Amino acid sequence: MALDTAPKGWRSFARYSMLTIVALFILFPVYTTVIAALKPGNKVLDNPLLPNAFTLDVLKNAWTEGRLGRYLMNTTVVALIITSVQLVTSIASAYAFSFLKFPLKRLVFGIFLSTLLVPLEVTLVINRRTIDSLGWLNSFQGLTVPFIATAFGTFLLRQVFMQIPPDLREAAQMDGLGHWGFMKEVAIPLVRPTLGALGLFSFLASWNQYLWPSLITTEDDMNTVQTGLRHLASSDLDKPNLIMAGTIIAAVPILIVLVVFQKQLVRGLTAGAVKG
Amino acid sequence: MQYDASVASIRLVGVSKHFGDVKAVDNVSLDIADRDFMILLGPSGCGKSTLLRTIAGLEDPTAGEVWIGDKMVNDVEPKDRDVSMVFQSYALYPHKSVQANIEFPLKVRGVDKAERAEAAKQAAEVLGLTPYLERRPGALSGGQRQRVALARAIVRQPAVFCMDEPLSNLDAKLRAETRAELVALHHRLDATFVYVTHDQVEAMTMGNRIAVMRDGIIEQVGTPKDVYDKPASVFVAEFIGTPPMNIFPAGSVEAADHLVGARPEHTHLATTGVAATVALVEHLGHEIQVVCTIDSEHRATVRLPTGTEVPSNGSPVFLTADENHRHRFNVETGLRIS
Repeated sequence: MALDTAPKGWRSFARYSMLTIVALFILFPVYTTVIAALKPGNKVLDNPLLPNAFTLDVLKNAWTEGRLGRYLMNTTVVALIITSVQLVTSIASAYAFSFLKFPLKRLVFGIFLSTLLVPLEVTLVINRRTIDSLGWLNSFQGLTVPFIATAFGTFLLRQVFMQIPPDLREAAQMDGLGHWGFMKEVAIPLVRPTLGALGLFSFLASWNQYLWPSLITTEDDMNTVQTGLRHLASSDLDKPNLIMAGTIIAAVPILIVLVVFQKQLVRGLTAGAVKG
Repeated sequence: MQYDASVASIRLVGVSKHFGDVKAVDNVSLDIADRDFMILLGPSGCGKSTLLRTIAGLEDPTAGEVWIGDKMVNDVEPKDRDVSMVFQSYALYPHKSVQANIEFPLKVRGVDKAERAEAAKQAAEVLGLTPYLERRPGALSGGQRQRVALARAIVRQPAVFCMDEPLSNLDAKLRAETRAELVALHHRLDATFVYVTHDQVEAMTMGNRIAVMRDGIIEQVGTPKDVYDKPASVFVAEFIGTPPMNIFPAGSVEAADHLVGARPEHTHLATTGVAATVALVEHLGHEIQVVCTIDSEHRATVRLPTGTEVPSNGSPVFLTADENHRHRFNVETGLRIS
C-alpha cells in the first residue's frame, strides 16, 4: 500500500490550523467544566473562564452528596453485563449467519439488519411496558436485558467471519472439529481485534445510556451514573460547580477505558477497510 | 518416521454430484488401488476437485457409492474416513504456530500433549520444517507453508491423502522440486494418494495412474504412458502432452471417415502431405518447435532438433505423420479407433 507522503508547507499549516480550531471547539466545554469543578462555590461565577481559585472539596462533596460511588457501581455492573452478553449473542448469531446453512438465511439476516433502522425511541414505550409487566422496573434485568442482543454486533462480526476462507472451515472439518470447536479454536481467535472493538463500543454505549435508565428507574438505589447526575442537577441548582464535579467523576472511568483500549477502538473502526 | 497407516483402496460406484442443474460429477466409477498415486486431471470446471471432495467427505454425492477399504463411507463424517486433505490454499491456521498447526489434528482427537509434540516433531523432520516450528504461517514462504500443510496431513497417518492442486501456488522452480519430494513422500509413506491437478506435467511425472476428466465424466484411466501413447479420445490426445497432439482435418491424411492425430515428435516437414503455413517458430534451446496453421480450426506443431534449418514465418510447408505413430479417432464421437 502506498503511504501518503508527509504534507508540506502551507498545506500542512492549513491542516493543523483547522485541526486546532476544531480541537478548541471540542475542548472548550471540557475546560470550563474542569475549571468550575475545581473552584469553591463562591468563586464560580467571577471570571468563569479563569482558574483563579482551587479546591478539591467540590469533587469530594459531589462524591458523597451525589452518591456517585453507588451510581458508578450500578453503571459498571450494567455496562459489563450488557457488554459480555452482547459479545456472546453477537458471536453466536454472526457465526450462524456465516457458517451454518439453514432455510431463509438471507431473509432472516435482512430482518436482523432492518432492526438497525429502528431508533430506540420507537420501541421505548412498548419496551417499558414489557419490562413493567415483567416486574423488572428498578432492577438490573430491566436495565440490561433489552440490550443483550444487537444487530450491529451481529453484522460487524458476520463481516469478519465471512473473510475467513472456507478452506479453513473445511480443513478444520477434516481435522475433526465440529462447529463449536471451530468457533472456539479458529473463528474467535481470528477475529479477536474486532471482538475487542465491539466490546469497547458496547461498553461505551451502555455506560453513556441515559434515556432508558431514566425511564425504568424510580428508586435512587438503582440510578446509573448518568441518571444520578440528573438528580444532582435538580437537587442543587444553586451549586453549578457540584454538577460539573459530578460530570467529571462520571467521565473519568470511561476516559481510562478509552486511553487503555485506544488501539482496539481505532482498529475496530477501520476493520474491513483494509484487506490484510 | 514410522508410518503404519492401514492402507486402503478407494472405489467409486456411479458417483454423481449435482449443484442445481449443473452436473459437476456425472455417474463416475473409478477404482483406486492400495498405495496408488492416482491423479485426477482435467481443465478447470471438469469436476475433478468435486470428485476429490466427495472422496474426502466434504461433498455428499447426489448419487452413487463411495467406498474406502471395505467400508461404504457415504454417511461417514470426513474426520472418520481416515483421509487427510491438502488444500490449494494450504488452509493453515494463521493464529497458530507451525508446531500447533501440525499437532492440531491430533489435539482434536485427544492425543496427549507429549505424544503429539513428538509426532509433530517427526513430521516436521520428514519435511525439513524443524527450524520453523515456532513460527506462524505468515512468516513462512509459500513452499514452507505447503510443507506445513503436508506435515499436518501426514501427522495422523491417514490411509488416504487427498490433495487439491497443492503446487499451483508455487513458482515454477519450487514446483518442480516439490513434485519430486511428493513422489518420494508417497514411496516413503506407502499410502494411497489422490491428487487433483490441471497441470499435465504434474500428472505425467507424479502419478502411477491418471484419470482424465471432462465435463464431470472420466474420459480415460490409465498409466501416464497409456494415456500418452494411446489417448482414448481427441480430448485426451489434445490435453496430454506439451505441445498437444496434432489432429489433422478429416480426409487430409487418410480417409475422411476418421480423424488422424500424431504427436509433434511424429509429425514432420516434408515435400508433400498436408499443406500448412508456418505461424510461429520457437527456439527453446534444446529443440525448435514450428507451429503451423493448416486451416482456421487446425494447427499442428513440429519438433525439430536444434541446428536444423527452419522455414521462416509465413512460408508454405507440407506436413506428414509417421505411419507407425498415427492415432485414429471417430469423427463424430472423437473416441479412439486405433
